[in-house]
Amino acid sequence: MSNGSPSNSSIRTALKRVRGLGASGSHATSDFWWQRVTAVGMLLLTVPVIIIVMMLLGRNQAGAGQILGTPVIALIMLLFVVASSWHMKIGMQVVIEDYIHGEKVKLVAILANNFFALAVALASAYAIFKLSSGV
Amino acid sequence: MVEFALPKNSKITGGKSWPKPEGATETREFRIYRWSPDDGKNPSVDTYHVDINDCGPMVLDGLIWIKNHIDPTLSFRRSCREGVCGSCAMNIDGQNTLACTKSMHDVADGGAVKVNPLPHQPVVRDLIPDLTNFYAQYASIEPWLHTTTPTPQKEWKQSKDDREKLDGLYECILCACCSTSCPSYWWNSDRYLGPAALLQANRWVMDSRDEATGERLDNVEDAFRLYRCHTIMNCTKACPKGLNPAKAIANLKLKLVERQS
Repeated sequence: MSNGSPSNSSIRTALKRVRGLGASGSHATSDFWWQRVTAVGMLLLTVPVIIIVMMLLGRNQAGAGQILGTPVIALIMLLFVVASSWHMKIGMQVVIEDYIHGEKVKLVAILANNFFALAVALASAYAIFKLSSGV
Repeated sequence: MVEFALPKNSKITGGKSWPKPEGATETREFRIYRWSPDDGKNPSVDTYHVDINDCGPMVLDGLIWIKNHIDPTLSFRRSCREGVCGSCAMNIDGQNTLACTKSMHDVADGGAVKVNPLPHQPVVRDLIPDLTNFYAQYASIEPWLHTTTPTPQKEWKQSKDDREKLDGLYECILCACCSTSCPSYWWNSDRYLGPAALLQANRWVMDSRDEATGERLDNVEDAFRLYRCHTIMNCTKACPKGLNPAKAIANLKLKLVERQS
């Protein structure tokens, strides 16, 4: 934590500094849990997704639309997008928390990370819907 | 950002090379980190030669020999000299361990025995790290029995099976080898409790007599205090008592997931 000037923090007791603002609570476990859930999800989905992508290779838009128009295939692709962008968001947040120590920069980075993950997920989902509906 | 390079006043410069002891037939070279708060100089690495025929086999024996025969200003902590007190934890040949249980003959190929203080802690002098924060983190997990039930007349009873659950946890001597070997602890020791304190937190979570299990889990359920552990496993590799702090931390995470659903 970087609150307070060094002179202020050095006259606080060590226990006061360690206890800080207290424990952040169950969302920390929630993030830990969902990182594993999305990891397992991607493990199961990666092979089907690779097969689908290989099926799409060399086809024009109409051909791609035909394949993605199959509900099961569209569902697999959507699940993969959700799992991977969610996993990416949590993973990147962990990296940011590990290495960026300035509270303001950290806040901005976490905000940008959230927006980026959401934008990637929505853009990918939109592309799948658009192709699969053949519009 | 995290500091990946040493601050200017921590960069190691030069160092004194002490002459070989006269009349010694077999010597072992020691390269030891030196820093004094008194002279305003940067740290250095001094070179010493220990007469191994006049000295015990452990690195700590070598350090004591140097202090007695060559350089009385060399400073380090030591007490029990048998791996029980945890005082002489230091970085030897690139690995955090206890100087008293590490044989100088185990250091590769008869090369120099390189001795540094535990990594990434403020240095008080030479091989003595400032462990104030480490001890405060231990205090923060409240390492004593918490009960609400009135204290029984004789003792709090525990079955044999429950007692066995504390094996591999109670043996920790708080030498700080594990915590100071952990990169996550290097970057975030202000908020991450580190493997030693978390192993102790798990020791009390696992204690069948303790009635504050939930509060203890609440206390570590935090993105930094617990979840900075990325299972790097340096802690387990470093532990000179052969304990497994990484497994203890994994058990805390398991308990937290368990109570969520």
